[in-house]
Amino acid sequence: MADGIRITRLNAWFGPRQVLRDIDLAVVPRSVTAIIGPSGCGKSTCVRCINRMHEVVPGARVAGRVELNGEDLYAPGADPVEVRRRIGMVFQKPNPFPTMSIFDNVAAGLRLAGVRNRAALHEAVERALHHAALWDEVKDELGKSGAGLSGGQQQRLCIARALAVEPEVLLMDEPCSALDPIATAKIEELIMELRKELTIVIVTHNMQQAARVSEWTAYFLLGELIEFGPTRGLFTSPRDSRTEDYVTGRFG
Amino acid sequence: MQRHFDDELAGLQQTLLAMGGLVEDQIRRAMRALTERDDALAQDVIDRDRQVNAYDVEVDEKSVELLALHQPAAGDLRFITTIMKVVTDLERIGDQAVNIAQRALELNQEPQLKPYIDLPRMAERAQRMVKESLDAFVGRDTQLARQVCAEDAEVDSLKEQIFRELLTYMMSDPKTIPRAIRLILISRFLERVADHATNIAEMVIYMVESKMVRHSLA
Repeated sequence: MADGIRITRLNAWFGPRQVLRDIDLAVVPRSVTAIIGPSGCGKSTCVRCINRMHEVVPGARVAGRVELNGEDLYAPGADPVEVRRRIGMVFQKPNPFPTMSIFDNVAAGLRLAGVRNRAALHEAVERALHHAALWDEVKDELGKSGAGLSGGQQQRLCIARALAVEPEVLLMDEPCSALDPIATAKIEELIMELRKELTIVIVTHNMQQAARVSEWTAYFLLGELIEFGPTRGLFTSPRDSRTEDYVTGRFG
Repeated sequence: MQRHFDDELAGLQQTLLAMGGLVEDQIRRAMRALTERDDALAQDVIDRDRQVNAYDVEVDEKSVELLALHQPAAGDLRFITTIMKVVTDLERIGDQAVNIAQRALELNQEPQLKPYIDLPRMAERAQRMVKESLDAFVGRDTQLARQVCAEDAEVDSLKEQIFRELLTYMMSDPKTIPRAIRLILISRFLERVADHATNIAEMVIYMVESKMVRHSLA
């Protein structure tokens, strides 16, 4: 399958410490794949390798292959900036640019890409805010600072910012762990809308969240991919006893 | 890691097994009420169904509580969902004991039609299947569970045999019809007991192997 993300024999290190070992993973396009596992299992590093964020850490190293729709993202000519445009990312802590207005936050990526036309910017910002289910709440205060929004709104603003440049993939690293249950539910609803058009990979500590929003689940342990399969199967009949121990809370 | 949740699951299993023991005893006593023509015992079986029903509600409520509070997954999830189905089968086995006791009360009003030989044998088989299905559940023994499923055929053929025999009574003397029909009904109740035991055995296979073998799947 050429479509979607294909990870082959991916290894990653922080200095001398190896954090990922021979990961093979094929992410189905326009679906949600959850990565679960205990702290330090390599799940965040894995998604950071997908959009070439791992290598920006001093001393960090990547080996192996990551393809998007058949293209090698680590090919010598590949531009990491373009990779990150095609593969957006949302982090644990909402991180809107604090000095920018709501509008400018969403427009930032487009301006960086050279879009100057005001009408085009407006249209793209509105579309992205609609997409992120935030438009109705902020449409009358687009000029206000993004930092004044609630935590859940800030996270949706970050999602809008990521969506504005029309990525093919959205990576979400613990996107709800700083949010209350209602804000979490809104993000989860949003994920289920977005998956119709986008390929989503979500790292989460919350197993119920993985069970609720994802179609595929990968379980990582100590830098290795232990089990990957349909979410329903992984949570009802895991094949590996280590997965069973984790999803039933016997682990650790 | 030892989990408090494991104590909860063990408690749930204990309640289910206590109910299983009671239900087995109900069948045994209902059959004794028939063969020994003991009205008081039959009435006692009917009265004790309330305890069976109370267990049914207790196990169901506890299961729902554990699902809600612990959101179990994998083996834990299959264990609790299996218990929720097994408890329904046990409750219905209890109902069959009541059915047998009620027919025994009616049969005891009239002279005994014939010596009871095949019915007690059938009851003994069905009871053994119930016991084995619960043993398979406790021991997570799928081999024993599969044996229970296979034993169902014997009980079915005993029912057919009893039916044919009683048919000859009814054809030769219509006055035997009310009693013969009641005996046929009892054989039918026992056959249902065996069916419920088979259901339990099939759920045990699901619980242990994640394989659905019901309705000849798998």
